[in-house]
Amino acid sequence: MSINLENIAASFNERMDQHKYRIMICGGTGCIANGSMEVYEKFQEVIAAKGMSVSVQLDKHESDVVMSCSGCQGFCQRGPLVTIYPEGIFYTKVKASDVEEIVEETLVKGNIVERLLVVDAETQEHIKHVHEVPFYTRQNRIVLENCGHIDARDIEDYIAKGGYVQAKRAVLEMTDEEICQKVLDSGLKGRGGAGFPTGLKWTFARKAVSEKKYIICNGDEGDPGAFMDRSLMEGNPHAVLEGMIIAAMGIGASEGHVYVRTEYPLAVERIKLAADEARRMGFLGDNIFGSGKHFDIFIMEGAGAFVCGEETALMSSIEGKRGMPNPKPPFPANKGLFGYSTTINNVETLASVPIVLAEGSTYGQLGTENARGTKTFALTGNVVNTGLIEVPFGATLRQIIDDIGGGVVDDDGTVKPSNFKAVQIGGPSGGCLTPEHIDLPLDYAGVQKVGAIIGSGGLVVMNHQTCMVQIARFFMQFTQNESCGKCVVCREGTKQMLDLLDDIIEGRADENTIPLLEELAYAVQDGALCGLGKTAPNPVISTLRYFRDEYEDHVFNKHCAAGRCKALANYVINPERCKKCSLCMRTCPNGAISGSREEGYRIDPAKCIKCGACQAACKFGAIEVK
Amino acid sequence: MENNTIIVDHIEVALEGERNLLEVIRKVNIELPTFCYQPELSIYGACRMCIVEVEQNGRKGLMPACSTPPVPGMVITTNTAQIRKLRKITVELMLANHNMECTTCSRGDDCKLRQVANDLGIEKVRYRNIVQPAEIDDSSAAVVRDSSKCIKCGNCVRVCREIQSVGVLDFAYRGSDTVITVGFGHGLGESACIGCGQCLKVCPVGALTPNFQIDPVWAAISDETKVTTAAIAPAVRVAVGEAFGFQPGEVLNGKIATALRMLGFDRVYDTVFAADETILEEGTEFLGRVTGGGVLPQFTSCCPGWVKFVEQFYPEFIPNLSSCKSPQQMLGSTVKDVLVTKEGLKRENIVNVSIMPCTGKKMEAKRPEFAVDGNPDVDYVITSTELIRMIKQAGINFAALEPSEFDMPFGEGTGAGVIFGASGGVMEAALRFAANTLGYEPKCEQLRGEDGIRSADVTFGDITVRAAVVSGLANARQLMEDIKAGKAQYDIVEVMACPGGCVNGGGQPLHEHHLDTVARRTKGLFENDVTLAHSSEENKQLVAMFEEHFGKIGGHKSHELLHTTYVDRSKNI
Amino acid sequence: MSDNFAKVDAIVKKYDRNPSKLIGILQEAQEVFGYLPEEEMTYLANQLGISPARIFGVATFYAHFTLSPKGKYLIRICDGTACHVKKSSDIIAALFKELGLNEKKLTSDDGLFTIELVACLGACGLAPVMVINEKVHGQMTPDQALALVREIKASEGGN
Repeated sequence: MSINLENIAASFNERMDQHKYRIMICGGTGCIANGSMEVYEKFQEVIAAKGMSVSVQLDKHESDVVMSCSGCQGFCQRGPLVTIYPEGIFYTKVKASDVEEIVEETLVKGNIVERLLVVDAETQEHIKHVHEVPFYTRQNRIVLENCGHIDARDIEDYIAKGGYVQAKRAVLEMTDEEICQKVLDSGLKGRGGAGFPTGLKWTFARKAVSEKKYIICNGDEGDPGAFMDRSLMEGNPHAVLEGMIIAAMGIGASEGHVYVRTEYPLAVERIKLAADEARRMGFLGDNIFGSGKHFDIFIMEGAGAFVCGEETALMSSIEGKRGMPNPKPPFPANKGLFGYSTTINNVETLASVPIVLAEGSTYGQLGTENARGTKTFALTGNVVNTGLIEVPFGATLRQIIDDIGGGVVDDDGTVKPSNFKAVQIGGPSGGCLTPEHIDLPLDYAGVQKVGAIIGSGGLVVMNHQTCMVQIARFFMQFTQNESCGKCVVCREGTKQMLDLLDDIIEGRADENTIPLLEELAYAVQDGALCGLGKTAPNPVISTLRYFRDEYEDHVFNKHCAAGRCKALANYVINPERCKKCSLCMRTCPNGAISGSREEGYRIDPAKCIKCGACQAACKFGAIEVK
Repeated sequence: MENNTIIVDHIEVALEGERNLLEVIRKVNIELPTFCYQPELSIYGACRMCIVEVEQNGRKGLMPACSTPPVPGMVITTNTAQIRKLRKITVELMLANHNMECTTCSRGDDCKLRQVANDLGIEKVRYRNIVQPAEIDDSSAAVVRDSSKCIKCGNCVRVCREIQSVGVLDFAYRGSDTVITVGFGHGLGESACIGCGQCLKVCPVGALTPNFQIDPVWAAISDETKVTTAAIAPAVRVAVGEAFGFQPGEVLNGKIATALRMLGFDRVYDTVFAADETILEEGTEFLGRVTGGGVLPQFTSCCPGWVKFVEQFYPEFIPNLSSCKSPQQMLGSTVKDVLVTKEGLKRENIVNVSIMPCTGKKMEAKRPEFAVDGNPDVDYVITSTELIRMIKQAGINFAALEPSEFDMPFGEGTGAGVIFGASGGVMEAALRFAANTLGYEPKCEQLRGEDGIRSADVTFGDITVRAAVVSGLANARQLMEDIKAGKAQYDIVEVMACPGGCVNGGGQPLHEHHLDTVARRTKGLFENDVTLAHSSEENKQLVAMFEEHFGKIGGHKSHELLHTTYVDRSKNI
Repeated sequence: MSDNFAKVDAIVKKYDRNPSKLIGILQEAQEVFGYLPEEEMTYLANQLGISPARIFGVATFYAHFTLSPKGKYLIRICDGTACHVKKSSDIIAALFKELGLNEKKLTSDDGLFTIELVACLGACGLAPVMVINEKVHGQMTPDQALALVREIKASEGGN
């Protein structure tokens, strides 16, 4: 039985055309947390009350309005997001209480609810349509394109956008060698961190002699501040599955596993549904696309261990063991899951595969010499527009932070270029970039040259109120906490590094501390068993490289310029501001403040535990940190 | 064909099928320090001590030698400044999370961590010591664990899982909280631990030690109201000398007997006597099963680890276990019975101490069925290592001792009893007995060898005995599954928990390359065998004792004293 | 108890008695029991033919698994510097005694209370601080803390 994708797409579009409006509500985790599901339900209720007919995507029939729920649209800062098609009217920060007005004004009367529109920061103009929003227009959304425009729960929606055409071609028309070559030619590199050429990885697996072969999709995205893969699995799960089918044909795998971290329940639900749907359509299981070939995909939920993002640890976890990495060699392509040849690709990589495989794809022309195509980033921290973005490799921080991100915000809420202190790129394995790198084209080699990595794409923007030692400590604590505990240098080394950073932050450091920390950082880098261990010291090495004076200020002057290190803070009462109300004295949990209404008050530094309670209590801003 | 060589520290080495760089590097006489590498276990790669610089295809990188397969053309450097620094930091990190009360550690000079730290010249640990307070698990009679000394190399975990297929220890928690523990934080004594002590043989530090019984033994010796007996197991005689400058495999009965007398034991016996006793009973039991249509195969029951293994994991095979007590327990009950009836001693005034290569024997002696009104047949069990320690405590210059004889009647033994100490020995002794009994030549060497599972058909005229010899409980599990699946049929099977048998027991002196030591101890026993009477029924003292004291072999009295029963423990694991 | 074993049997059967599916099995067991109870886990080990140590090792490796049931009321007591100098340890000791708990046993036998000690709740001005199911109680004394707990016990029909 052959499967006609064009017919499915045509009938889907035909049915869609029967609806007057399609309301797309963002169902990404961020928007759901802000109440987008209540908005979704409210719409159904209000529309029905107005006497219009409404249908939800999963049971399609002729109606005035069809409601759809997309995956993450990336503009998380402004969620919940509601887009009304066919025009593409884009409402942001929509609450259930706004729905009545939207339905009445926009659906019934054809008017715009202006207060829910995005305002252009430069022109102060209201922007009506989703395709005009600078946050989107300044990006290059290719891999993320369908995220936000299709209903992730509806396989036909994906097919209507050209989905599964490449998988079908790979299954029915291409040889394994052709598939691998095509991916190799596209220049696609692994998006999970290391940037290894995907086509080469597949070729190793294709040539490996193994009774059985596996393809694994690594959806154990665990970097704090990164949610690219989650968004893809939630918003366009079929693209991931399609990529896996193509990969399976390229390497000769008969079984695929998607390993999703358990902290992403929505992604788990969506990708499970997607696999069921694909199986129902005959894209998975026996005789896929009528080819007589067998390939099926199983979804496994992780159980809360960052280290399982490391491929050998991930395989241990699928085998029902503690997720502890194993030495390489043997490489997974030769001896992987249950001892068989295994290929592990990251979610974004697999979602990019159908794009690069398409005839006439221009994807490979984007980007730079050593990094073709686009990269998604999770933009967070002290930036106006936080969210999920996609830009071509070679884009600069200036483009990302200023043009798309809307600039760096200070703690007092002002936005100006001089606020920019650094970005942390690549999560706990990454490093930092500073104002001197603002025009550096971001690609694998370029970023590596300055001591950081692209990684999976976490970008944390920091202003001058950020203490870099604290940032290093934050990541160190993370990796220390997530170390599997197998090899000595990572288990003991990260613990000791954290201890040394605590010494610095808490004022116990001496002239030996920084050299000891630095020596240990390089030892962990050289000696650790797995990739995660080897890169765990990167945040320390990188901050030492660019902010050594800040470390030294902590160590020798017992001073934190950002004012973040409590133990180095010296609380004093400014007598000019003090109204002698005695509130601070009464608030202090340790009796460190003494004095009288007549003479005023003072803080005894020996007794002060630097908790900041007095400062928080003072109504006159009289307590200062020196 | 390319040159099949690699270069290690400027020396060209031919590759001859080595599994990893470590083996190749050892070939050029470079001993890299390792903590987690054990040739018989799977590669773990966690201690990071064997990291070397590998240059291949123009690229240089640091690789752990243990997990890297050699590839022709590699250029290896084992000793660069970077590597020396890395090794030193790695050991320093281990020491910073280690209980450093080294002077009071029972592992003493054998501690590999201490040796390596010393060799690397670490004089100060620059990191804060973060070791958690010691949690000492002495719930098992066999093995004691001290968590504060553990360096988490995982050798114990792997030996228990891979060699013994018991898996009683595993890692728990993660990161710097990682510990090695029995499931759900229980003690070893409440677990499925079979007491074999293979874990402590591979422990590089003092985290796992035998449950020492030296102090109560000294106390018994000092107690003038007690008659204290000592008996040494076959495998002890070829190992104790190793601590005093003798080679593994040198048989030192005479010196050991003298030393035991000097330590103050009132009687010095030989467990080989009871090994012969076992053969008479067990051989008779086997012939009875064969001719009387009993349950087959018959499994030997000398090894307490194996017995507990069956009780826990294969209770359906309990009827297959020989009902004979082990030689240790036979000797214990025989000695007390004979000394009470013949010499008029009071049972509670006799203290039997056995000296064993085995930690499991400590558990065995504590089984309630091996006691009369609460008085155990064997009061204390000490291992070879504990005997060595007692000799050193007493300041005895062991090497210079004049040999002396064991005390009679429990001092005579045959070659058949001596080879009990090596895998296959019990089987061969039983076959010698069977051959003699059936009137054939007792030359039964078919089952000798080093493999973990060996089998042969042994024929006596028109009787064919399908026999198998197994050591290592993972091998035993394999055999049991084959028997259950009908893939293998045997009449008699000898199983020893420790690979190679008792010579490789958990109570034996520790060595870096212990596989070689085991082979030499085995050789020593078989060399001793040919100097002695060949078959157990040639033990004159034993035969006399049966005639005077027990009556018939397999008779009523011997059943009471020399046989036992087993318990289904499958619910308690 | 045999009832619970039957539940384990059902899960084991669903996963084809396959030890390599251990993570999924434990996830499902935790859904059924609310945590991973030792007796059932030992039984599970037996059924899967693996050692209890392996299950314990896996269960403690992954953050998602818990070996003890959490109480209906989660009492978080701040033991940060400010609270510590304000004698939070007296409150901890009082509640431990009242509920029969200790540093290793943090959930009461009746399943009502779990005590968690936290480093700093960021409410130093109110030290010592105790939080019961998100509700912050500041400037606590051991007597006040006991009164709160006893009030909850009474409302739950205990004595």
